[in-house]
Amino acid sequence: MKDLLRRLLSRAALGLGLVLAVVVLNFLLVHAAPGDPVETIAGASGGMTEELKAELRTQYGLDRPVVVQLGIYLGKVLSGDLGYSYFFNLPVSGLIAERLPATLLLVSCAVLTAFGVGTVLGVLSARRPNGWLSQGITVLSLVGFAAPVFWTGIMLVILFAAVLPWFPVAGMRSIDAATGAAGWADVLDVAHHLVLPTLTLALVYLAQYSRLARASMLDVLGSDYIRTARAKGLADRVVLYKHALRNAVLPVVTMLGLQFGNVMAGAVLVETVFNWPGLGRLAFESVLRRDYPTILGVLLFSSMVVVVMNLLTDLAYRLIDPRIKTS
Amino acid sequence: MRMESTLGRRACISALMAAALAWSSPALAQDAKRGGTLVLGTTQTPRHLNGGVQSGIATAMPSTQLFASPLRFDDQWNPQPYLAERWELAADGKALTLHLRRNAVFHDGQPVTSADVAFSIMAIKANHPFATMLGPVEKVDTPDAHTAIIRMNVPHPAIVLAMSPALAPILPKHIYGDGQDLKSHPRNSQDVVGSGPFKLAEFKPGQRVVLERFDRFFLAGKPYLDKLIINISPDNASLMLSLERGDIQMMPYVSVPTDLRRLAGNPQVNLTPRGYEGIGAINWLAFNTTRKPLDDVRVRKAIAYAIDKKFITKALMGGFATPADGPIVPSSPFAVDELVRYPLDLKKAAALLDEAGLKAGANGERFKLSIDYIPNADDQQKTVAEYVRGQLKKLGIVVETRASADFPAWAKRMATHDFDLSMDIVFNWGDPIIGVHRTYLSSNIRPIVWTNTQSYRNAEVDKLLGTAGGLLGPTQRKAYYATFQKIVTEELPIAFVNLVPYHTATRKNVLNAPVSIWGPASPYDDVSLT
Repeated sequence: MKDLLRRLLSRAALGLGLVLAVVVLNFLLVHAAPGDPVETIAGASGGMTEELKAELRTQYGLDRPVVVQLGIYLGKVLSGDLGYSYFFNLPVSGLIAERLPATLLLVSCAVLTAFGVGTVLGVLSARRPNGWLSQGITVLSLVGFAAPVFWTGIMLVILFAAVLPWFPVAGMRSIDAATGAAGWADVLDVAHHLVLPTLTLALVYLAQYSRLARASMLDVLGSDYIRTARAKGLADRVVLYKHALRNAVLPVVTMLGLQFGNVMAGAVLVETVFNWPGLGRLAFESVLRRDYPTILGVLLFSSMVVVVMNLLTDLAYRLIDPRIKTS
Repeated sequence: MRMESTLGRRACISALMAAALAWSSPALAQDAKRGGTLVLGTTQTPRHLNGGVQSGIATAMPSTQLFASPLRFDDQWNPQPYLAERWELAADGKALTLHLRRNAVFHDGQPVTSADVAFSIMAIKANHPFATMLGPVEKVDTPDAHTAIIRMNVPHPAIVLAMSPALAPILPKHIYGDGQDLKSHPRNSQDVVGSGPFKLAEFKPGQRVVLERFDRFFLAGKPYLDKLIINISPDNASLMLSLERGDIQMMPYVSVPTDLRRLAGNPQVNLTPRGYEGIGAINWLAFNTTRKPLDDVRVRKAIAYAIDKKFITKALMGGFATPADGPIVPSSPFAVDELVRYPLDLKKAAALLDEAGLKAGANGERFKLSIDYIPNADDQQKTVAEYVRGQLKKLGIVVETRASADFPAWAKRMATHDFDLSMDIVFNWGDPIIGVHRTYLSSNIRPIVWTNTQSYRNAEVDKLLGTAGGLLGPTQRKAYYATFQKIVTEELPIAFVNLVPYHTATRKNVLNAPVSIWGPASPYDDVSLT
């Protein structure tokens, strides 16, 4: 236990350094993009005077050297202040807090779907590697993997929202839902809106996980302890799901932890296609507006989420396979 | 000129017409019914909801519902009473007296008084991005609680148009007069209080604005809608689908030809090009007149002669757009027909280039240029830029199209005057003083997008605009603008291409979609649902 704690602490310290490096890198990258926030605000305003432009630049500190701006920003971030959005004139932390639940809901639903269904499909196809089911799953995985997220999203919208109006086109709640509605009606409404975006985001990873689970399962099924289990006369189901799966799922879990960042990135596209009011859309639109504090805030936040997820994966690893103590 | 006299006559005529209508066929009048929720879908994201310190259509749509203004305009550019029931522009043009109605209250119950008007006008002058709009205003006198006199140091006829809902929202002094910077005032986004037909129920930045009927609105019986939801989506395609499904009932500022064709063929949808006269959006090709060889007017003319506006509006824009030939949109009272026009004539174009000494080399090439365009507005910008490239190739001008990753990247090129040719969309904003002068005044050559980034200089134009801006009689004013339009189309710092084909799409159950000169950027107190 003590060993685990120490390891977690050292991982957390590493994570913190990583997040700081991400902040600095992001800051420099964002400022390297051509155009600045004041120009965008002039655009949104249909024109602007020189005095106002200068005033805004001073107000946002854009008239200082980038290095000074970076120093100020780092100081603020370390004291927990993410600053104000240039575009909305609202605290970035508030914008993030408002958008975070939507993204977490979408990403976790997509990851769980991809992980659950992917693993089951992988196991099923590993049982009879050359059967029709396995072939079918392979084809499905390849298609799912090869199709770009935005294309899948648009196709699903056309099919299940336009041709067959089963699901809503976009958004997280019905447009005319009462403000602040609560209870089961709201849960059902959100669930209804969640189906297509989750499916879109999950499809890519589902494909990968089912391939991975299949390969890993095939590998494990060839090992000695499975033969022993079979020799003991255990039922096929028990061998498969109790003995083999536990080992076979390890690579999938690793992948899941590693790819959490990718899923967050995929959420940017899905949120844009489905007008899902999450962090991804906020980040994307903030880039278009050169809203530096908001972009940096969202990126900082997502990098923290990724670091935390990696830590959790580490923990999950130990739960699944007690043999892992220290690497 | 006294505005009241013309207004009185108009009111008389419309009363007669209304009577005639009622007599001939009572069923013709569309009976407005109370109640219902209208959902409006838009890709326009407002920064906040206070149109007094933020221009642009994104903020104007919600701001004109929340805040009332002294005057409003009908679909023929005639001022109409709104918060002010009467008004007089002084004979010397240096004072506008507003007589406010006595029954107007803010959403928090406080009465709207001349103190609020005085505060708002000075606040807008100090903070609004359009500096010329209230530039000459010196102070606002308030002889009594319901009279406000806007005093100006020079005659300023544009002051009447500047009283429009989108440009002069009356802000409650008791809320915004607390000394905080108005541009970043917290009440611009939260608990916004105005005296308009709708009050704020919810504002989620970048997502939606929910507005509810204000029961004590000063125009009795209005608005008809119980609720108005402005649903913001970055994705135009999903808005189109939502409109077709009936999830949303109104979509303003639709300009993509494929969308327009799709909507025009939809029996569930009404489509109108009315309501965009005030905005006056022109799609044009700008020349950087400091760069060689574009500093030669013959070269600019040659390029203009190579562009077939008929092909652009008919073929590229599906017949929804109309050509633009001058700096002022034809629907403006100041537009004239006497412009120098450039019908397609490649021979003349080639002759002009030869005359300018730019003969074709052995490979048929004359010279090279680059062309920029606003990204993510392909139907108006990129498509036309590519067409221009093809046309200029016929003249031996090699054009390289320069894409910009996004709006800020393009805006930076404009601001730094780093372009040869660029497509651009610029709004007239009602009065030439607000939206036209800025492009041609030599004093406005600035490092900012939508100024005179063409670096056009003509002392006569400067003088004409200076005079026209201060003239009171519309006929007299128009005469100056006529000369200005002739010179500008002769010297061609800009090749005008077309009017942006903005349309408002509404579901069939929406009655009285806003079609005044400011269209969707004006109060929706007349809109109702069947």
